[in-house]
Amino acid sequence: MERRRFLSKFLSIAASATVVSGFFKRAVASPDGYDPKGHYYGMGIQIDKCIGCGKCVEACKEENNVPKEPFFFRTWVERYVIKKEGETSVQNIDMRIERSNEVFSEKDIVRSFFVPKLCNQCDNPPCVQVCPVGATFKTEDGVILVDDERCIGCRYCIQACPYGARYLHPEKETADKCTFCYHRITKGLLPACVEVCPSQARIFGDVKSSASPLGRFKRMNKLHVLKPSLNTEPKVSYSGLDGEVR
Amino acid sequence: MKSFLQKMPDALKRVLAVFVLVAGTAVLVRAVLPASLTDSRLHIKTTVEREMAHPVRYAGSEACADCHEEYKVKQGGYHKNLSCETCHGAAKEHSENPSDLKPKLPRMREFCAGCHTYNPSRPSGFPQVNPAAHNPRKVCIECHNPHDPKPTRTPRECSACHAEIARTKELSPHVQLECTTCHTVPQDHKLIPRSVRATIPSERSFCGKCHSKESGRKEAPKVDILTHGEKYLCWQCHYPHMPEVQ
Repeated sequence: MERRRFLSKFLSIAASATVVSGFFKRAVASPDGYDPKGHYYGMGIQIDKCIGCGKCVEACKEENNVPKEPFFFRTWVERYVIKKEGETSVQNIDMRIERSNEVFSEKDIVRSFFVPKLCNQCDNPPCVQVCPVGATFKTEDGVILVDDERCIGCRYCIQACPYGARYLHPEKETADKCTFCYHRITKGLLPACVEVCPSQARIFGDVKSSASPLGRFKRMNKLHVLKPSLNTEPKVSYSGLDGEVR
Repeated sequence: MKSFLQKMPDALKRVLAVFVLVAGTAVLVRAVLPASLTDSRLHIKTTVEREMAHPVRYAGSEACADCHEEYKVKQGGYHKNLSCETCHGAAKEHSENPSDLKPKLPRMREFCAGCHTYNPSRPSGFPQVNPAAHNPRKVCIECHNPHDPKPTRTPRECSACHAEIARTKELSPHVQLECTTCHTVPQDHKLIPRSVRATIPSERSFCGKCHSKESGRKEAPKVDILTHGEKYLCWQCHYPHMPEVQ
């Protein structure tokens, strides 16, 4: 066969193969009735409103089937106690009802407050970068989700998260984390923690809209994020955050 | 056929083998393997769909307003910002099947104590009691209507919320001064204490009204208001509610 004829035939076959393979591609459409393009979600947390009742933690566990044991959390509340001398102590608040009557001593306390925490839904998420199988990703509306059918439970993301927001689900053996209650927000409901918060310490909304409770919160308060030096660009912002909070 | 293969140059055979390998892999990836393993857009889509299909447990308090009159009572009282489900628990199932599935009715003391037990970490101004001293063993809802909670008697002005300051002031030389001597308190401060604040003095001359040498107040200790304490404001060294010399 002549070299020129072979090359022209080979190229034409390759081109037609590309066209044919195009037919195998499956069309990917957005889920019905909800357009993620119009949204970009974020949360605001007002430290001076949190009363540390833990209703958000309870509601989150109920709504999202988070195991009831006290070391699996999608959201949790920390109690900071800054003493006159010595180290600042941080405790996860105790959810057991028999502890609700406990009266804390206020000796030597300079300042004490509660800090609700959850996944910061970073714009630059370290957990997504480290996943070896691409099981965790950012949706168009800015929420970081985990594909639990793809996750192999290697725990890289749990290690990589600087906020400790992920845990390994003991039954599924896959990484699990806050989804901003994705099934609720896509139906126009508030995340469960925001819904039940008795003192409006948590504000949920679209980060871009200024005529919304979140927009107002952002305009009226001096905002902080956790660990800003890591450039993770969290979408959860805090007002009234003490410098001691890590 | 055999002669055809023999006639074919070796180089062409190798190229053909590589081509078959590439085409075979393409067919395997595009057609044989399940799409969820190959197309990342598809796995993102299925994960998003799975998240969105997750059942909703908390209905949101708008759902309660249709049937329950207590909702209106609640909207007029201090619990107006509480979602019904903060106390009554997740009630989506109840909203779909109102007669059979009833939400919980927390009646024990411990339940209210979860939010209202005194805790130095809670924001000041939030109503808190010591459950051991506050009518022990009496059920909260005997005296307070949970949908419109009020103190059973009108609080003694400032000390109802600022009890610690009131106690401190009682032991100090300023015991005779009313709070309003130094603070102007708008009426709305009693209703929305955080949004409408009482004023605090901002100048040295305010303290000077009693404590400067020119002042007519005989009993107040006198200093030269222009030179005493140099550049500092009075309350940077003296706590006004307990103004001992430091």
